[in-house]
Amino acid sequence: MGIIKTTKLVFDYIRQDEESNEVEIKRAVDQVDLDIEEGSFIAILGHNGSGKSTLAKHMNAILLPTEGGVWVCGEDTKDETKLWDIRQNAGMVFQNPDNQIIGNIVEEDVGFGPENIGVETSEIWRRVSSSLEAVGMTAYRMHSPNKLSGGQKQRVAIAGIMAMKPRCIIMDEPTAMLDPNGRKEVIKTIHELNKTENITIILITHYMEEVIDADKIFVMDNGKVVMEGTPKEIFSRTHELKELRLDVPQVTELAYELKQAGFDLSDGILTIGELVEELCQLR
Amino acid sequence: MSITIRDLSFTYSKDSVFAITALNHINLEIPDGQFIGLIGHTGSGKSTLIQHLNGLLRGTSGEILFHNKNIYDKDFNMKNLRSKVGLVFQYPEHQLFEADVFTDVCFGPKNLGLSAEQIKQRAKAALDLVGIDESYYQQSPFSLSGGQKRRVAIAGVLAMEPEVLVLDEPTAGLDPRGRDEILAEISRLHQKKHMTIILVSHSMEDIAKYVERIIVMNKGEKVYDDTPKEVFKNYQELEKMGLAAPQMSYIVRALREKGFPIDSNVTTVSEAKTEIIKVLGNGGKP
Amino acid sequence: MIRDITIGQYYPVNSIIHRLDPRVKLVGTLVFIISLFVSVRILPYLIATIFLVAVLRISKIPLKYIVKGLKSIIFLLMISVLFNLFLTEGEVIVRFFFLKITKEGLRLASFMAIRLIYLIVGSSLMTFTTTPNELTDGLEKGLSPLKAIKVPIHEISMMMSIALRFIPILIEETDKIMKAQMARGADFESGNFLKKAKSLIPLLVPLFISAFRRATDLAMAMEARCYHGGAGRTKMKPLVYKKNDMIAYGILFFYFLTMFLTKLI
Repeated sequence: MGIIKTTKLVFDYIRQDEESNEVEIKRAVDQVDLDIEEGSFIAILGHNGSGKSTLAKHMNAILLPTEGGVWVCGEDTKDETKLWDIRQNAGMVFQNPDNQIIGNIVEEDVGFGPENIGVETSEIWRRVSSSLEAVGMTAYRMHSPNKLSGGQKQRVAIAGIMAMKPRCIIMDEPTAMLDPNGRKEVIKTIHELNKTENITIILITHYMEEVIDADKIFVMDNGKVVMEGTPKEIFSRTHELKELRLDVPQVTELAYELKQAGFDLSDGILTIGELVEELCQLR
Repeated sequence: MSITIRDLSFTYSKDSVFAITALNHINLEIPDGQFIGLIGHTGSGKSTLIQHLNGLLRGTSGEILFHNKNIYDKDFNMKNLRSKVGLVFQYPEHQLFEADVFTDVCFGPKNLGLSAEQIKQRAKAALDLVGIDESYYQQSPFSLSGGQKRRVAIAGVLAMEPEVLVLDEPTAGLDPRGRDEILAEISRLHQKKHMTIILVSHSMEDIAKYVERIIVMNKGEKVYDDTPKEVFKNYQELEKMGLAAPQMSYIVRALREKGFPIDSNVTTVSEAKTEIIKVLGNGGKP
Repeated sequence: MIRDITIGQYYPVNSIIHRLDPRVKLVGTLVFIISLFVSVRILPYLIATIFLVAVLRISKIPLKYIVKGLKSIIFLLMISVLFNLFLTEGEVIVRFFFLKITKEGLRLASFMAIRLIYLIVGSSLMTFTTTPNELTDGLEKGLSPLKAIKVPIHEISMMMSIALRFIPILIEETDKIMKAQMARGADFESGNFLKKAKSLIPLLVPLFISAFRRATDLAMAMEARCYHGGAGRTKMKPLVYKKNDMIAYGILFFYFLTMFLTKLI
């Protein structure tokens, strides 16, 4: 079993009126099967409303399935006794940088997680220092979070999760509210963590450029997984991605357009280098 | 000439130890009906600048002329300026507060003291412009999707019937389809209503696709003011400022470095496609 | 820009007072305030003055900051002084027209004034030398015995800490919402009281909604980091008494005793 596994996962949002009668049922996740290998960098793509965030919230038991099952590090998320173990093993970073920082100074926020799981004081300090180091925010440890940029705040949030020593981190659209530089900072940081600390990363996003280096991509639409494969495989299906309200990097789009015009180009060109090389060969 | 900015400077907390100069002697002419892109890194002063255009912030020195009248004159009607220069902030859906969509859009015209009939007309016209149809009018704004909420918020500003529309990152937080829709709508406004549009954005690709003129700000000063093609030629300087050129510019540069004779003025996908087909002719097609 | 406001009046300087455990400072402030009400005679106030001046000097807070804090109560001070000066019965010293000043009045007014001033200076000293965080930590640890009678000390302390964190954010948000509504012609300044109150709706409704949204997000983030109340939590910065703290407690005890003994003289 992979580090995170879901079997026929279904989740319904049930809207109730004032008398608690069911007014509307919206199926946000529809029969999703996932098996994520430990140590991998997984991306889950989809337009707003595709169910990707709802799916993500099952991975640390914020939501429990309506039908089907979710196992995190071998534990069933429905098992109440294992709730805190699951959340310690599967950390989560959210979209809004401000709304997940609790401490009044950076180092205190990073220590919040270890405090909650009862880590002993001197060990908390060790973990805070090494986590801040891992995300490159050591110089800011005494700063107030209010003085940081969006990208820096997200890195502090990631440090806060790292300090709990998780086996995997789920990032729910961590760059959606950041400017391009902040986005680059954060994506770079999580790739490094994946490589050097061997932490499984699950990145939920709708920015295609962020997932070029993922090991595997899942594309969601209407609660279902509609595409799955390596970046090259997924990006070569440019037309389908556009139908799904997603975008491709300009390089891929250009290659696709030229291919449609009849030119002999490979599928799924992801980088400028690849495109340039193939175009020059065509001359 | 819609707006003329002469030697405008602005300093936060002027009299304290913490004084920060956000705008440094800005000079700018904004003609009627132009579609302008305003770019700059976070902290470059672009948000500060746009808040001066409708008088929300008052420059510490310099002047701003709206249709050749100085807005800092004692008898200048600032409230009127706010209706003529519409400002849509980032995440505008955070300003929604009324019980239903229609009433919220009526808030702007109501503040202008118009008659009940005029208010209703304006609200309806504004909601039409953004593509929100009647079936949504009585719904609570909070029951709408993110993209819909945003369009209602923009309608709230359009109901003021501005001549100049300033939008601060209107695509922030939207998915690709949402981004395309909002930008297409803004482009339609520009064409249909001949509004002057100032678009503040971080997406170079979006800017390159829609605007006629780009103003680049850096550390409170205006550093570039030209057509997109000209501005993006300076991609190295832009990078030093923490910005970038659209990905297309880099593709073109890489191709030219390998001896591929493509016109360096290409900044969008469709232009690139046309140019590359020209170069390759029929070669390469199986 | 607005986020740069620091809450409270913390003045960062490295003094012995700054380094004291916050609980000592909380108790000290309380003791000092109580001591001012012990009696209305010159001797205790003399002792209080010596104590206050000494602590002020050790804390290295510049005098002009202390004085600035007093500016806010100047009005209250004046009213209190005038009332006591002119409305106390007793041996008349001065009289013009229908106003009279008595010896008792003069005495009472002076003590009232000093008491009020010392009260403000004493409590300001605490906020000048203790960060808001230290204060909430101090309250949490100091009041923890109350947990035995089911007072939710940990929860209250967590709430205070989170409030401190979000006040600058909410202030900035208020500014943003205000500007967005002003861009739609909203007027928050003109009109009578009723009109002004009504004009706040477009400001307060979005602000409340935003605050609730933040609260929901924050709760989810806290749970994701295994927060489940105060049980089983350890502390990154536990409050532990040091030698200076014990000496300070000793001095406070001695001070209070002395003040009390003046009643017997």
